[in-house]
Amino acid sequence: MASSEEDGTVEEKENNNKKRSKSALATAWLTFYNIAMTAGWLVLAIAMMRFYIQKGTHKGLYRSIARTLKFFQTFALVEVGHCAIGIVRTSVIVTGVQVCSRIFMVWFITNSIRQIQNEESVILFLVVWTVTEITRYSYYTFNLLHHLPYFIKWARYNLFIVLYPLGVIGELLTIYAALPFVRRSGMYSMRLPNKYNVSFDYYYCLIVVMLSYIPRKEHFQ
Amino acid sequence: MKHYEVEILDAKTKDKLCFLDKVEPNATIGEIKSMFHKSHPQWYPARQSIRLDPKGKSLKDEDVLQHLPVGTTATFYFRDLGAQISWVTVFLTEYTGPLVIYLMFYFRVPFIYAPKYDFTTSKHWVVHLACMCHSFHYMKRLLETLFVHRFSHGTMPLRNIFKNCTYYWGFAAWMAYYINHPLYTPPSEFYGEQQIRLALIIFLFCQIGNFSIHIALRNLRPPGSKTRKIPYPTKNPFTWIFLLVSCPNYTYELGSWLGFTVMTQCLPVAFFTMVGFIQMTVWAKGKHRSYLKEFRDYPPLRSPILPFVL
Repeated sequence: MASSEEDGTVEEKENNNKKRSKSALATAWLTFYNIAMTAGWLVLAIAMMRFYIQKGTHKGLYRSIARTLKFFQTFALVEVGHCAIGIVRTSVIVTGVQVCSRIFMVWFITNSIRQIQNEESVILFLVVWTVTEITRYSYYTFNLLHHLPYFIKWARYNLFIVLYPLGVIGELLTIYAALPFVRRSGMYSMRLPNKYNVSFDYYYCLIVVMLSYIPRKEHFQ
Repeated sequence: MKHYEVEILDAKTKDKLCFLDKVEPNATIGEIKSMFHKSHPQWYPARQSIRLDPKGKSLKDEDVLQHLPVGTTATFYFRDLGAQISWVTVFLTEYTGPLVIYLMFYFRVPFIYAPKYDFTTSKHWVVHLACMCHSFHYMKRLLETLFVHRFSHGTMPLRNIFKNCTYYWGFAAWMAYYINHPLYTPPSEFYGEQQIRLALIIFLFCQIGNFSIHIALRNLRPPGSKTRKIPYPTKNPFTWIFLLVSCPNYTYELGSWLGFTVMTQCLPVAFFTMVGFIQMTVWAKGKHRSYLKEFRDYPPLRSPILPFVL
């Protein structure tokens, strides 16, 4: 009798410990993740500034930071997972749409259409993204450490008023600049006849993407 | 006879919206809704949700006043469900669209394909077959809406008609564009004929199956009633699938569209089939769950939509 009672309480304690250690593990991972992402985007910011100071031009800047950008922006896919397993209380769909739109910009526009890599609009959205992400990830980091400096909180809720429209302009102008090259090369497109009886025109797809920028609430993250 | 007094409050603001005195004890919620409608003509009964608790479930129209857990002064809460539209109207609209739209592509009405193809017809016999199957399918659905189905709810929110029509009409146009395209590629030379024939058999089999299930479900419910019973296999072999599946109408529907996909070998059709399957699985799981909740003796061997699998 007494031993089974003891077993019961020991089990209960173990379960409680499991629950507590699971959320401690989640907090530890999230803290590490957000620090790492803050650092990554800081590295990007510094690399961009160094390039411009040393070379005096923005031409070739994208190429110099392309690999770092692709790594950190793609790694952000993990955030969708965070929402899915519940360690971050945000909608999976909202996070998913935002991350996907960034992935799309990086991989399907800037990375694959070389001719537009030296456009000024690319620099514009890169700067906007960098400032936004450094603010966002440092905000999350400080929040997890329960020590949020007022400046970071202010930046998170106020800078977007300027950064959001600038980011939209940068991204839209880049896609617009890419259009003639997409048309000419016929990239990512499939024409009839083919045995799947489907066609896809990346050029018109991009036009639809540009139109879809009109109501975009998931930028407010 | 002891009469009841009924007061209706707004569920959100708790404002007193209506006071009814001398209400018969055997009055139904439906009758109370009609009385409420008289004092608030903008809220017709179909858009009223009457509940005992502001955050609780809606009471049914058939519920009788004296059988509800209320005193002789009953307090109900009202929630506006928004503009409503009848299920029949929605179904007729959403199914007529694909029927008409597909035919426009089939007959190659101007401004769709290059002008030299206007009003021409395809040289592939499978394209004519596909048009017949697609048209038959939607005509069947329209006739079932008018003569077979017995709906539990009379209405649904108005915004659903826009959502539903976009889905059906959009996909119909997308599929029809490719199947009836001058550059359409039919299933390949060697196995092509056999593939099309097999697909046609599957399609027809599932159309008959789907219709059989609709008739069986209709016969579960006497005219004008909203009762819910467990469906069982009947003498019709197409209904024997009830042994294994809760919602065989969806199973057969999936089968029909798989048949159509194989027949036309068209990726947009495959997409449409997949999206429809996902939606029907969600519905089937919900229906299965409510069957299990409502009936203690529900057959344990049944799965929601795919035997043993899903």
